[in-house]
Amino acid sequence: MLARSEKRPGGTAPTSGSWSEETDGGVATIGVSRGTRAGAGAGPVVIEARGVAKSFRIPEYRVDTLKERVSHPFRRSEYRELCALQNISFDVHQGEFFGIVGRNGSGKSTLLKILASIYRPDAGKVRMAGRVAPFIELGVGFNPEMTARENVVLNGVLFGLSRRDAQSRLDAVLDFAELRDFVDLKIKNYSSGMMVRLAFAIMVQADADIMLIDEVLAVGDAAFAQKCMDVFHERREAGKTIVLVTHDMATVQSLCHRAMVIHDGELEYIGDPEDAALHYYRLNFAHEPAADGDGVMAPDNDSVAVEINGRAVQARLLDEAGRPIANVEQGVPLVLDVVIEAARELEKPVFVVHVLNDDHVVVFGFTRRLDELVAQGQRVRLAGEIENRLVPGRYAIDCWIRRDRGFGDMRVQGLRLIHFGVYGTAPRHGIVSLRTNVEPALEPAPDE
Amino acid sequence: MSTVEGDLTLREVPGPSALGGGWKRSMELLYLLALTDFKKTYFNTALGYAWSLARPLMLFGVLVTVFTQIFHLGKVPHYPVLLLMNIVLFGFFQEATLIAVGSVVGQEAIVRKTQFPRLVIPLAVVLTALFNLVLNLVVVAIFIIASGVTPMWTWLLFPVVLALLIGITTAVAMIVSSLYPRFRDIAIMWTVFSTVLFYATPILYTVGNLVGHPTLRHIILLNPLAPIFELARKWIISPRAPSPAVAAGGYVQLLAPIAIYVGVCVLAVWIFNREAPRIAEEL
Repeated sequence: MLARSEKRPGGTAPTSGSWSEETDGGVATIGVSRGTRAGAGAGPVVIEARGVAKSFRIPEYRVDTLKERVSHPFRRSEYRELCALQNISFDVHQGEFFGIVGRNGSGKSTLLKILASIYRPDAGKVRMAGRVAPFIELGVGFNPEMTARENVVLNGVLFGLSRRDAQSRLDAVLDFAELRDFVDLKIKNYSSGMMVRLAFAIMVQADADIMLIDEVLAVGDAAFAQKCMDVFHERREAGKTIVLVTHDMATVQSLCHRAMVIHDGELEYIGDPEDAALHYYRLNFAHEPAADGDGVMAPDNDSVAVEINGRAVQARLLDEAGRPIANVEQGVPLVLDVVIEAARELEKPVFVVHVLNDDHVVVFGFTRRLDELVAQGQRVRLAGEIENRLVPGRYAIDCWIRRDRGFGDMRVQGLRLIHFGVYGTAPRHGIVSLRTNVEPALEPAPDE
Repeated sequence: MSTVEGDLTLREVPGPSALGGGWKRSMELLYLLALTDFKKTYFNTALGYAWSLARPLMLFGVLVTVFTQIFHLGKVPHYPVLLLMNIVLFGFFQEATLIAVGSVVGQEAIVRKTQFPRLVIPLAVVLTALFNLVLNLVVVAIFIIASGVTPMWTWLLFPVVLALLIGITTAVAMIVSSLYPRFRDIAIMWTVFSTVLFYATPILYTVGNLVGHPTLRHIILLNPLAPIFELARKWIISPRAPSPAVAAGGYVQLLAPIAIYVGVCVLAVWIFNREAPRIAEEL
């Protein structure tokens, strides 16, 4: 599972104070980048879905054996019709990175499986152009008893390559996975990390025109997640069409050209990823009005509404030399460099920055207010150093942009800015490592 | 952006089916899957392929002892080699169909998570068993020549026997593998039924041995496997053995097993086509 992006700050009291620290740096971006969004979508339609519907029969009394079928011949009619999808129509253009988002059980994965020819729709038509490869899960079809070499070929054919093509891409796959030395090792002797790398390499090298991906990003360590992101960016640049099913809004906002929200099997929204994220948040809050246990959930105040206040133009961590980095060594300060573009006029906006760990716990956070009127389209830079007391692990930085519209009327919006890792060798106890001067010493024997 | 060349005509997505994704891809998957299974079966065992021979040879040893020393079926010409050939041929049918039962369920991940031509799964099982059969037949051939059967031109007709056997094996494999996800009884039922078939097929005996038992003979002659085994006997081992038609008592009587054979094949195609699109949901 990816980070649950519906987590939102509670009614954190705004700490006021003018704040306009600025640092200059390079323009290269990691994580959130929107450089190529414009211009996509102009290509020809490569996926066309019209009125797709699918329902599953959930038997109330499951007839699984012949005896039951024979002894209760009419029992079979006792099922519940579960409508997974109804009347879904959309187009995806060549070169588009298209997101399908929705809550668990909304039907998004069913839709992907219909696109992938795994399920047959009850009604409606899907038409596609080009070679399609579905990646519902990494490592499907791996045979643990076979060597990597044999598995690469088998998997390549499984994902639509011819046998000759699959064989000729063996080297490329092994290089990408950095597993050249283990080509004749049986997969069962691979570590899970190696296996994931191999599976992902096959997916990348299968080089389908249309890739259908179901949250495969959810696996692997920080470096691997970064590699996935890089690959997705690269595929996107190469004009490949990618359909990604996810419920991580950060991924949607940072990668997708367009996104579609499915709710209870129906098309809720299709279009701009920010708006899609907004719809998604609204759906979540409609169902979970109260704050959950760890206190970082939905607004506890009815007058707090979700809206789009801005978007991240640039979000990155830098090293001492000002170069963007994906991972930070333990103890080395986090140098944050974020540029946010106001999507509307913001009167004295408040920026709440949260550092979350892998368990979605806000390890640390701070609030800054900009005592200015920010015009629509104007950019705000959030930059500076954060002391790094984090234990090794995987983290995310969120920023909540809030504007106060008079008494009690607050509008907030969450942005997942950065995913990063902290590496180091110190043993991991708890969620932060604080400085201490507690030392053990031998107690002198009481002289009697 | 538009750097991807190639055909951009929209084609209707076919949905899951028996041979979805094209004939060529299906063939390649079939070959790879069967090869994988074959290697998996023998590569980790100390004696490797020898084991696949050990089973029919042991069964052969026991049966040949029982039926020549105790029950005196020895008057059938070249009984031991006939028995060995029959056991190997039936072994193929039994192995392929029994493994096929659970094959689609066993490949659950592939069926539910990739676009996979369903038919390839049972076919791969049959193909794996066929690899075995071919290797076993080499041994059978050695035995046949060693036991002094005179070589004859009808040996060249053996592929016909093989084709008929592969046909019915494939049909049964398709039926049991596609029904198993919905009716788990198939596994037990088929284990029992295939054992019954072993005795209801002229393997240990010939149809000629049944002269004194007309009812039994009628039942056994309904078995579509019976004419196949009779053909094999006549063409390979004893040319003077009655042809299937003669053994059945006329061509008209032969129509029954032929009709059943064709019926099973048609049923297989119908059931498989009907179940294939739904298998991913039933698992």
